[in-house]
Amino acid sequence: MSAILDNFWWLLAIKVLVVALFIPGFSLVLIFAELKLSAHMQSRIGPYFAGGRWGWAQPLADGLKFMQKEDLVPADADRPVFKVAPMIVLMGTLAVFVIVPFSPKLIVSDLDLGVFYALAAGSIGTVGVLMAGWSSANKYSLMGGLRAAAQLIAYELPLVLAVVGVVIAAGTMSMGGIVAAQAEPWFHIGTFGVRLPYLLQGQVVGFAIFMIASLAELSRIPFDMPIAESELVMGYLTEYSGIRFTMFFLGEYAGMFSMAAIAATLFLGGYYLPGLPIASNAMYVLGPLVLIGKVLVLVFLMIWMRWTFPRLREDQLQSLAWRWLIPLALVNIMATATFKVVF
Amino acid sequence: MTERDFRAMNLSEVQVSVELVTPDVTLNLGPQHPSTHGVLRLIAKVDGEVINEIDPVIGYMHRGYEKLAEVRTYPQITALVNRIDWVSGFANEVPFMVATERLVGVEAPERAQYIRLILAEMARISSHLMFLSSYPLELGAATPLMYALRERERVLDLIEGVTGGRFHPNFNRVGGVKPAAGAGSDQKKVVQDLPEGFLAETREAMRTVLAVCDDMDELVVGNEIFLERTKGIGIIPAERALEYGVSGPNLRASGVRFDIRKTDDYLPYSKFEFEVPIGAVGDCFDRYMVRLEEIRQAARIVIQAVDTLPSGPLQAKVPRVIKVPRGEIYVRAENPKGEMGYHIVSEGGRGPYRLKIRSASFSNISILPWLLKGQLVPDIIAILGSLDFVLGDVDR
Repeated sequence: MSAILDNFWWLLAIKVLVVALFIPGFSLVLIFAELKLSAHMQSRIGPYFAGGRWGWAQPLADGLKFMQKEDLVPADADRPVFKVAPMIVLMGTLAVFVIVPFSPKLIVSDLDLGVFYALAAGSIGTVGVLMAGWSSANKYSLMGGLRAAAQLIAYELPLVLAVVGVVIAAGTMSMGGIVAAQAEPWFHIGTFGVRLPYLLQGQVVGFAIFMIASLAELSRIPFDMPIAESELVMGYLTEYSGIRFTMFFLGEYAGMFSMAAIAATLFLGGYYLPGLPIASNAMYVLGPLVLIGKVLVLVFLMIWMRWTFPRLREDQLQSLAWRWLIPLALVNIMATATFKVVF
Repeated sequence: MTERDFRAMNLSEVQVSVELVTPDVTLNLGPQHPSTHGVLRLIAKVDGEVINEIDPVIGYMHRGYEKLAEVRTYPQITALVNRIDWVSGFANEVPFMVATERLVGVEAPERAQYIRLILAEMARISSHLMFLSSYPLELGAATPLMYALRERERVLDLIEGVTGGRFHPNFNRVGGVKPAAGAGSDQKKVVQDLPEGFLAETREAMRTVLAVCDDMDELVVGNEIFLERTKGIGIIPAERALEYGVSGPNLRASGVRFDIRKTDDYLPYSKFEFEVPIGAVGDCFDRYMVRLEEIRQAARIVIQAVDTLPSGPLQAKVPRVIKVPRGEIYVRAENPKGEMGYHIVSEGGRGPYRLKIRSASFSNISILPWLLKGQLVPDIIAILGSLDFVLGDVDR
């Protein structure tokens, strides 16, 4: 056993397999959560029959239904681009999981520039969306794809700037390092070290900006202009069906998971809860559970927002980002840096 | 300029002006589109997201009711007219029946008129609740739909209890109303009246309707994004609205205090207290608020009418076969969508010689080419939704 774990390639294969199976599986859980939560917010019951109790098998049934549907490609579509686009979207979101630390050692690769990598990989999806919109040979799809590209300009900068505060406070860009920094005592009262996640260490503004910008990156309501089913029918998804639509769909929920996991790692202490023995072997089990718990809280917030707010207009998102989020994020960086230098 | 002149020109004076011409894209919104309320088709010339020109195409839903009415008898026509604006079926029947009665020279008994009034106001409530639910959905908020439709269902249940139909009651008769469906076969012979418990249930339903209005106030109107999307969007100035023949809540949102319930006497509205809400500038937000307030006023009217419902017969004395003398009449009513009128030309006999239907939505959407010019694509949807039209009412 230990021989297998010591072999680099075996270990890598196991890690990749876990991510490849776990992420779609967990996406199904999130889809189910969305179905049920939205139903109860709207005084409905939601899925009820599939699978027996609570209709737990509804997302599975939906997925199977999509898989056995015909994979339609419009006659005028740019076939190769059309077919590759959903894979790129899904790949972009899955790639983010490489640097999400589930416990001190349970991480595919703890890159020194983990934060950079996460933000860069997260925005690959927009390329896929633009490809989908362009290749569909549909005006609604094209407008959806272009809106997604315009949206990128609005949210990408606040997203990056919001993270800078955490990076300054932690002094590292490695995701594992950021969690470890939050596990260090912030200050001491006598001999008792107070350990707090960065959200409670004053990164409230950064957290809020990060969450708003990540909603825009995921193009969920109130920022779902690229899809906007009442305006653009289904935006860049209009011409997709069957397994390719499922890929986009899974990509959206895997994206929710990855953005929530990054937010939890950066601002909420990741796999660490104050009081847990960070060095012990128990963290292999406790760490992932703690992280998933935090992810679920953030995902609940996202679902709640989606079923509460109307949709903004593209130009209103731009003005929100450039007039409010970016200045606020810059002020946040200044304040954090000042704090870091003074104390 | 000759070649010689051209050569003589200093090279630095030569100006090249190349304007990059980007032709407009023609975008077909509809006839199958999530937000056109049926089969309205808009041919839009768009430059990016800006509409340069828009051309509404109607007629996909044309069912020829005006022509069909020429081969039907008057009682049969009620079954046609309540399919015009199907969201408020009952309200369509009333002006037609009143017009027929005036031609024949009978008047419905007071109790029948009260029942008509109650059901017409309920139709207004159900139509406006449909608007309150679908409009946020068009702006992307899915949840208000469920809350408003839940209460609408209660109101439709009441309408069904009396008339036997949720959408198409076919309840009016020349000279009164049909014996209530909920009355039961035994009761029918004796009293022929409203179903048992109707009055108490109506009061209860109106209470919940008023409660959902307050919910919508908080959930939707207090929402910053909703205000951003609706305030100052799609402004119709009052004189422009009058020029295009816009009527109903859309006209009142532009600040014109005009309500046919106050000016005409097709139903005994003068006996009840209610206000006519108007908007300030005539944007999408005002149109939303006017309808929200009209639901409250309609519930107020219904409660008053239920409290003062007189007893008496439901039918005036009319001959078995209704024959209408020669004549011409136009009766209009304040329907949920706006002014609805019927112009009947009778040459004598059992059916009209010609029936002209003035429907509200048709006139209301005639303003679209003017209103949508220069707007953004997302605002088109916001404006279309705020006009609250039904394609059956446009095409007839």
